[in-house]
Formats: sequence, C-alpha cells, structure tokens
Amino acid sequence: MLLAVRDLTVALPIGGRLVPIVESVSFTLGAREILGIVGESGSGKSVTSLAIMGLIDVPGARISGSVRFRGRELVGLAPRAYRALRGREIAMIFQDPMTAFTPVYTVGRQIDEQIRAHQKISRSDARARTVRLLGDMGVPDPERVAGRYPHQLSGGLRQRAMIAMALSCNPALLIADEPTTALDVTVQAQILDLLRGLRRDYGSSVLLITHDMGVVAETCDRTLVLYSGLVAERGPTGALFAQPGHPYTAALLDSIPPLHGPRPARLPSIPGSPPAPAGRPAGCPFAPRCAYVHDSCAVRPPLVACGEQDVACVLPAEGRPLPPRFVAEMSA
Amino acid sequence: MTYRVGRGQVLRALDGVSLAVRPGEVLGLVGESGCGKSTLGRCLLRLVQPSGGRVVFDGTDITMLPERRLRPLRQDMQMVFQDSYAALNPRRRVGDLVAEPLRVHPAPSGGRRSRGEIAARLAELMDLVGLPQTALERYPHEFSGGQRQRINIARALALSPRLVVADEPVAALDVSIQAQIVNLFMDLRDRLGLTYVFVAHDLAVVRQISTRVAVMYLGAIVELGEADAVLHHPAHPYTAALIAAVPEPVVRTQGLPPPLRGDVPSPIAPPPGCRFHTRCPVVRERCRVDPPLLRALPDGRDVACHYPLVEERAGP
Repeated sequence: MLLAVRDLTVALPIGGRLVPIVESVSFTLGAREILGIVGESGSGKSVTSLAIMGLIDVPGARISGSVRFRGRELVGLAPRAYRALRGREIAMIFQDPMTAFTPVYTVGRQIDEQIRAHQKISRSDARARTVRLLGDMGVPDPERVAGRYPHQLSGGLRQRAMIAMALSCNPALLIADEPTTALDVTVQAQILDLLRGLRRDYGSSVLLITHDMGVVAETCDRTLVLYSGLVAERGPTGALFAQPGHPYTAALLDSIPPLHGPRPARLPSIPGSPPAPAGRPAGCPFAPRCAYVHDSCAVRPPLVACGEQDVACVLPAEGRPLPPRFVAEMSA
Repeated sequence: MTYRVGRGQVLRALDGVSLAVRPGEVLGLVGESGCGKSTLGRCLLRLVQPSGGRVVFDGTDITMLPERRLRPLRQDMQMVFQDSYAALNPRRRVGDLVAEPLRVHPAPSGGRRSRGEIAARLAELMDLVGLPQTALERYPHEFSGGQRQRINIARALALSPRLVVADEPVAALDVSIQAQIVNLFMDLRDRLGLTYVFVAHDLAVVRQISTRVAVMYLGAIVELGEADAVLHHPAHPYTAALIAAVPEPVVRTQGLPPPLRGDVPSPIAPPPGCRFHTRCPVVRERCRVDPPLLRALPDGRDVACHYPLVEERAGP
C-alpha cells in the first residue's frame, strides 16, 4: 500500500480551545490509483491533504493518528525529513497555479530549479527534461513556453506547467487540491484527461481533492466523502454513485441539477447548512439535516460495510439501506 | 462593447450582439470566462455604457438616457451579483441594506416612504426570501453564503422590479445550498411574475432555470433557442463541446469524448472567419475566412454556424 491513513485527527486552537477540524479519517491509496476526496466547503478535505503533506503550521495544532507512506510513518516526522520527501516523493498541485510559481522567474527556470534541488544534474539536462515534461503535459511549443513568465500563460497552460513541475521528480504520490476549479469546463476536461493519463505514463497515484461530484465520477477509482470533518462514506466510485449508502451522499447527488433527462420542477435541496467544527453535534454530524434522522442518530455512527462501500450511518445496520439512485439516460 | 486595454489595443468584449428578452421568461446566458456574458448582463441594465448599438427597455431607448431620467427606470431592473459578501456593506445592518432602495427611490405615490411602510415592506421581503425577521437586526458577516445571497435577492426585489439580471448568483455556493437558491429564484419568478436574465457558466444550473438559452463565445452569441432544444440537440459545435465537457456525477460505461483542444483565443485578437474555427472539431475551409452570422433554423432557434449539427431536423 502506497499510502495508509488511519484515524487522522487534526485539531486547531480556536477561541482558546482545541477544536477537531478533521476527526478519525481513514483510507488507503494503492499504486497507480486515483482516490477522490470530496466534500463541501468546511468539510476538512484540504486540511486532510495539508496534514498528509506536513504543511499544517498553525501554532498549537495537534495532529494524531497515523499516515504511513511507503511504510514510513509521517505523523511527527521532523520538518527536515518532510522537506526531503515533498517535491520528490510526494508532490502537490493547487487550485491557483499563480501561488505555486513566483512571478519573477520564467516557468522553465522554476521547473529546472525544482529538478536540480532534488537531483544532481546539469542545467542543460534539467532544461531538456523540463521541455520534455511540458510537452508530455500537452503544452504546445514547450520550448517557447518554458521561456515565458507565469502571467504570460493562460490558466490552462499554467495548470499544465504546475503539473509538469509537480511531476518533475517522478513523485509516487500526487496530491491535487481542486486542480480544475478555477478553469473553464473545456479546459477542465483537458486537465482531467491529463490526470487520468498520469498513472499510465508516470505510474503515479493521485489523491484528488474536489467539491465537484462530476469531477470525481469521471476521474477517480475510489471515492471518500467527507462531511463536517468526518468520513461519511467511502468505496469504489461506480458503486458509490450508483447506490450511495449515506443519506448525505445521496442528498448531495440529488441536489445537483441534471444536464440530461427531464427537468425536476424543484431541485431536491438539503435544508440548513453544515455545522461549524466547534458546533458539531455529538452524534451523527448530518443528523440535523437528514431526512432519515431518528433516535439512534444521537450516537456517532461507526463506519460499517454497506454493499461495496463503508458508510458512517445506522441505516444499513438497521436493515434498511437506501434504494439505488435513479439516473436519467444520457442522450448520445 | 469595447474596452481600451493599453498600447492602442481594443478589447471587443461584445461584438454586435442582438437579443430580445421576452416578458416572463428566464433567459440563460452561458459561456466560458471572457465570452462577454457578464458584460452583456451589465449592458442590459446600463451599468456599463455600450460603445455602439441600442438597449431598449419596455419601449424606451435607454442607451443614451441621462442618469436623471434613467433612475426611475432602474426601479424596474435590478441586479444580483456572484459575490454575496462584496455586495453588502459589512458595517450596516441587513435591515438598512435592504431598505436602501426604498429610501432612495420615491414611493409610487411620488412622496417618500414612511418608516412604517418601509418596516412593513422589509418584513414582507424577509418572508419572501425565507429569512427570519430577526435577520434585519444582524450584520452580513453573521450569515452563511446562501443566506447572504437571500439578503441580496431581497434587496434586489425591494422595489418590485420587473427584470432581474443575476450574474453567477449561485457559482460561489456549495451544491446543497446552490439548489436552495435556484429553487428560490424559480419560486419568486412564479409568485411575482419576474423576468430573469440568468448569467452562469454552469450548464446544468442554466438548464434547470431557463426557458431560453444564449450560448456565447468570444463576445458573440453562437446559439440561441429554447433551453431543451439547445442543450439536448445542440446545433453549434461549440455548444456541443461545452455540454460534452461538463463532468457529470454519473459513472459512464463507455469512454469519455476527447476533450476540445486548445484555449479560448484572446478577445484582443479574435481569429478571422468563425471565432470558433481554431478549436472546432468539424471545421471546414469556409469557416477560416467567412464569419457566420446568427440565422434562424427551421426549429426556431438561431445559430451562427455554416454547418450546424441539426440543420436537417425541422421542427422540435
């Protein structure tokens, strides 16, 4: 197993006390696998990825549980050891490529530097590799693009350049945090196509963090749904979308307006809004908004097997799992 | 609509766009960033001054109307913006914010509205958008994004406008909240007989709310017609590519279509001929030189393409 996360809890000091932002998150990621972590804002998906990368530098933050990468424990790893790992074995790409590049150097120079920071090769060899990487990422005329500054590139090209930089040292794990959120759909489709190709061409595993269920459906082998800092459901993407086991997953999918088939007169929406971490209920965090809420939801439900998924809900254990989801036929 | 962008260059954000908004309809404006959909929405309300052409609202040409004469008309046309927080002054209470248009504009009788009238209207508006009366005493930061957008909608509706231009009103919201606000827009239209121009990049949201849809690319309308016709059987190759690119929350059994190549060209130097020809999967020689005009197809929609994908299909 490339990455095994067990009971990861991240607590940050808020208003004088430690508030758990992410609680007991567990999942595994195998070689050449794409795992999607999906959730709405405040669900803890970015905090989870930052914790894996060792990038939570809030004074007083407490990270517990276990993150094993290639068998090595990362929780509590010294900053120096983490630095050697980041960029070389684990790389990260973000929503805004402008934050990954400094505006004062050309894109090519920054990728060259990244390569030379981790490997002893000459400048010209590094540049040759940079140009090849940019070409592999579908950048037209990569030599010319390498000589340009970040602001001179379109959003799509910048995102490709950032992915090229992330892949420059052949990382085993790529963490992509909302990599297509700032892009237009036609460009998003290109970048998702690129991410799907990475495991084939580079043997990389990808942890894809997104709020977009459509992006997950089209890209990820397995999916983890977070709600209010806790795992609501996890499992193979196909099964999870065909028959969601958690009422939150089902309601979230229902609230997305369909692009095909009949238009619903009203969109099924989820009443209310997610709780803040400090105000999370003691029981199931989704209970106040759930259509199936009943007495047993007052105790926090453990993850239980339900079909091919694991679901943090009492319904499957009570013998009344959710029905399969109705999906309208797509026109050709 | 043109903007000067320095070095003598001109950005033509809108290039010869013509369209009519029918009373009671929801016209969706879709397209990728830079296509001019927001600029068009703003031109309609004359929040920006178009550099050419005419904007006629309810029989009155408002293109050159002085601000003094435009102001009474503004009661009839309001706008809702994407950033619900930026649109609300953080130092004022919700009650003050929503009451502002009621204080600025005279009552239908001509005089100023009394305190009692304003209070009664505020109470009505809170009910209309599904906020508790206590919201009036609170400040914008105390609300979630979805609730703040309800406040913005209440303010836009304060003067009972007939036309509301909404520019990406749900783009910044989480999906579960987005559905609540889309439903609210639809309920309000039914209850108040409103007309909307709904600007959005999300095709599924636009389909849900719109009666007609205009698809824009690089400052021009490439396709305009009934929402279901345009989105189920697109005539323009760009519309088809846009629909195919939307990631859907459904795991497909067959492979995905190949994505459209390249980026949107710069509007400062749009390509000659058809604007879409540099990315069009079915481009032919004529498209490179001869710009297609928007023309009606037998089924009633308009399309700007020499070789539309549905030409043979007459009628819906």
